[in-house]
Amino acid sequence: MQKNIFFRIFNFYFTGFKTMASWGKSLWIIILVKLFIMFAILKVFFFPNYLKTNFKTEKERSNHVIEQLTTKP
Amino acid sequence: MTQFDFSLIDWSRAQFALTAMYHWIFVPLTLGLGFIVAIMESLYVRTGNPEWKRITKFWMTLFGINFAIGVATGIILEFEFGTNWSNYSWFVGDIFGAPLAIEGILAFFLEATFIAVMFFGWNKVSKKFHLLSTWLVAIGANISALWILVANAWMQLPEGMKFNPATARNEMQNFWDVLLSPMAVSKFLHTITSAYTLSALVVIGIACWFLLKKREYAFVKKSVLIAAVFGLLASIMTAITGDFSAKVIAEHQPMKFASFEGLYEGKTGAPLVAFGILKDAKDTTAPYKKDFAMKIQLPKMLSILANGDANSYVPGIKDLMEGNAEQNILPVDEKIARGKIAIEALAAYKNAQQANDTIAQAKAKEQLDANFKYFGYGYFQQHKNLLVPNIGITFYSFHIMVGLGFYFIAFFILMLLLVYKEKLLKYRWVFYLALVNIPLAYIASQAGWVTAEMGRQPWVIQDLMPTLAAVSRLDTNAVIVTFILFALIFTTLLIAELKIMCKQIKIGPKH
Repeated sequence: MQKNIFFRIFNFYFTGFKTMASWGKSLWIIILVKLFIMFAILKVFFFPNYLKTNFKTEKERSNHVIEQLTTKP
Repeated sequence: MTQFDFSLIDWSRAQFALTAMYHWIFVPLTLGLGFIVAIMESLYVRTGNPEWKRITKFWMTLFGINFAIGVATGIILEFEFGTNWSNYSWFVGDIFGAPLAIEGILAFFLEATFIAVMFFGWNKVSKKFHLLSTWLVAIGANISALWILVANAWMQLPEGMKFNPATARNEMQNFWDVLLSPMAVSKFLHTITSAYTLSALVVIGIACWFLLKKREYAFVKKSVLIAAVFGLLASIMTAITGDFSAKVIAEHQPMKFASFEGLYEGKTGAPLVAFGILKDAKDTTAPYKKDFAMKIQLPKMLSILANGDANSYVPGIKDLMEGNAEQNILPVDEKIARGKIAIEALAAYKNAQQANDTIAQAKAKEQLDANFKYFGYGYFQQHKNLLVPNIGITFYSFHIMVGLGFYFIAFFILMLLLVYKEKLLKYRWVFYLALVNIPLAYIASQAGWVTAEMGRQPWVIQDLMPTLAAVSRLDTNAVIVTFILFALIFTTLLIAELKIMCKQIKIGPKH
């Protein structure tokens, strides 16, 4: 019975994607390209997490932020 | 104190604004069109009339295009928090964690699951289950918006938390204070109702395009009827929640409120500038002061808007900068002095902690707690004038938003009358007006955010953290590069959306 439900869900999505209109396929291409640009390029090369990249421990991060907050002009 | 590069703040802000504004092109249509489609499908299920199914499927297609193009554009804002606004992210981490986690889970389960049923499920699941899925997608999108708006509202009215000087983080003390703060409630209601208004205007505008092409009258009439009723209710609610929002802002962000109206000197029974043109006052002692080249005023209305009392006092920019003992308003010099004490107390606390001096630590903590309310003011000793937001941008964006909001109410009434009296085809100029309203709806919606976000400058977190303390010390050129990159990516996405959407509109509802 469980297998049957999983199969039906898989079949639902499979048929849905298979019979999708051309505009739907274009959208999926846009979504995948967009997600690739965001996560594989922007996140990796342009948007590293500043504190996680430059400091190893939570203590170091909090010390850095406190230093920043208490020395800003 | 180190020399600070203000162009870094400006570019970081510009980058965030660009991302947020592009993101907001897609979001409001998703929020409102989801419900419009759900209402149309409900009528199909209730009446069994296949024409409603055809109408539903057409608008659902446009919903899907907008949803797909807009999905994940908001994630970039989270990237920017971690990279460009790292001090801010650290400072608020605990507060944002819960709402954003709930948002992520709800968005995934409700939207991602049921949107598949919406698009793949016709003739595969029962009519009622399909309808339920459509409603759940609409509700899910709006609940997602709730959590983001709660996080934004907390930045405008930080409540329900306690600052931990050992970690430099705010820790949530009461989730309900964060969720149900008057700022969160008013912001959520005002934002979603304005999104519904925009969606209704988009539906009417596209429907009227078919009339210009002399196509699909029955489809247009039904679509306009649903959208006009939905839009009228939404636009009235937008005005009511806007009034509520104004009162909350007047109480908690009085500088922003004064900037809405360019109000320099406070007044009892203050008039509201319904229309005005600003000019520089050329006052060297107050460079932020603006005069009016011309203005049309509504007597006492600003006092009513601020406090619900025609004879109440509305503080002006001068009161808020120089103080007003009679009205119990502290001058900014006093707030700056207290903020300095709080910042120094934080540094002293850290030093005492490292030296294991518990007595000094307790003393510093006491000083910090007593003055924490003004923590952010401590950064403005040399830049006092930055405590006043850009009056011109705030004033004009506020008036554009409000003016268009009232115009939209009148437009929805007009459309309902035309449908009711069967005169929709009689006035061709109305079709053009409906088309023009599409960009106007987006302008009003964006102007609302400009009002909210420019008006609260220089604060990232009201009174606690200004942009200059929140920003990461990155290379300004790197921020400029990503700004240009985003402009290109988002413009490409927008063109893609418009192209696919226009193609589907031209095809029209399928028989």
